[in-house]
Amino acid sequence: MPLGDCAVYIEFSAALDLEVNSAVQRLATMVHGRALPWIRDVVPALGGLAIHFDPDEPSVHGDAFAAALNVVSECLKEGLPKPGDVLRTIDVPVCYEPEFALDLAEVAAMSKVTVEQAIALHAASDFRVLMIGFAPGHPYIGGLDGKLSVPRRATPRAIVPAGSVAIANDQTVVYPYAISGGWSIIGRTPLQVFDAERQEPSLFAAGDRVRFKPITREEFQKLSK
Amino acid sequence: MSIRILRPGLLMTVQDLGRHGHQHVGLCPGGAMDPMSLKLANALVKNDVGAAALELTVLGPDLEFERDTLIALVGAEFETSFPINRPVLVAKGSHISISRAARGARGYLAVAGGIAVDPVLGSRSTYLPGEFGGIEGRVLKRGDVIPLAEDSEKLSLERFGALKHKRGNSVRWHVPTITVPDREPIVLHALEGEHFGDFDANMQRAFFDTIWRVTPDSNRMGYRLAGPVLTRSKKDEILSAPTCLGTVQVPANGVPIALMADHQTTGGYPRIAEIASADVPRLAQIAPGGTLHFARCGLDMAAELRKDMRERIEGVLHGISGEYGK
Repeated sequence: MPLGDCAVYIEFSAALDLEVNSAVQRLATMVHGRALPWIRDVVPALGGLAIHFDPDEPSVHGDAFAAALNVVSECLKEGLPKPGDVLRTIDVPVCYEPEFALDLAEVAAMSKVTVEQAIALHAASDFRVLMIGFAPGHPYIGGLDGKLSVPRRATPRAIVPAGSVAIANDQTVVYPYAISGGWSIIGRTPLQVFDAERQEPSLFAAGDRVRFKPITREEFQKLSK
Repeated sequence: MSIRILRPGLLMTVQDLGRHGHQHVGLCPGGAMDPMSLKLANALVKNDVGAAALELTVLGPDLEFERDTLIALVGAEFETSFPINRPVLVAKGSHISISRAARGARGYLAVAGGIAVDPVLGSRSTYLPGEFGGIEGRVLKRGDVIPLAEDSEKLSLERFGALKHKRGNSVRWHVPTITVPDREPIVLHALEGEHFGDFDANMQRAFFDTIWRVTPDSNRMGYRLAGPVLTRSKKDEILSAPTCLGTVQVPANGVPIALMADHQTTGGYPRIAEIASADVPRLAQIAPGGTLHFARCGLDMAAELRKDMRERIEGVLHGISGEYGK
């Protein structure tokens, strides 16, 4: 499906499917790795990937769409790397204390578990980054334990503090900046999710495995420095 | 070498052609809203076309120059104390004054040697939502001192000296503005978006028949368009998917948003249309309150529009380089 005249979106699934999502990420890595001069950006999303290109680059001979589809089918034919070969694990320290976990008590009550159990369920879930989007470095992370599945909040907060860890449905997010958001906040990480001055600006990449590690207030203060 | 801001105008930032290759981590390319005018402004002072310049919005600034500086202001037709759309040598210690844009919304003030802020991720562009790039990632304010290249004065005098057809501190010619509209509503060519078919025939017709008005809360991230409320017939949830510069999406409130330079890289709203890439810089020249309508186009037409825009720009760039004695 053309995404205007300078990009194409190749969709593999219209609904969220974790296997498709994982394949999309490996495919995106492969396409990106080809470093073709006419490709400006390769963006893996939940159910497909976008290729942003220069439609007038000479090597695509006026048909960048055909060239993009061709690269994708070549990569698929060649075979995607196995999930295990490219998996990175990101450990994210999270302080679940009440001053950071604005909605944790409410989430625990809705899920009919104690606050301690809710923390344990979040920290024990096996998470994968499904997509980066919404804001620079903002990850949509899937794999939340079904017991903690709560809907989005009826009224979004105008400002969610940077580093807030929040949940909704079966996903969790980490807010890179102080922005508006409608998810339930259950903790905060002292890590900087996106830093343009860093060698790798984004803490997360699509496909990463994520583990949340509970930390104390003191550890949070120490790591914040 | 520097420029001091005596009065900042409405929304002045440092911009170049943006930072590419980071959309997979959610960072859009950003950069000048009207890259065509940026390129012309840079060419007029003999910079690389992608050098960093000041992007002015609707109301311009008053500026004081520390040294002799060759400048050019291209884009919206601002009322100014100096001639626009041509190179001008500003004497050291003097002030220039730029007030309201009579036509168009954005102007690019280029200086010989470029604005010398540190690049972030390969670009000097200010990215306001992320608070980086340009000067402290923010809108410029009164009292700011904008750093210029160390050899800016030398370059300015050399380059001005090389110009043919001088008159006083400027020249006897000017470049045409390629992206600033003569009249409104402007026509923007648009391709059908992925979810165009989710809107019924009446809604599709309304999209192309309406004269849309750009709302006051439009900004570098997106332009909201006031007109009939568009409702999608299909009610199923849309999976968040990549967006693009020029994507027109329709949130639940039915008010379409055209995504501009600092847009989000993904979105979960239905995408009704995609503005032809060659037409996006012309949309950037529409101020809040301005009007536009959409004309249906296909990929072949979009390619023609790009070719036409490219040829016009190259023609003007060629003319400018001729004036510099080449």
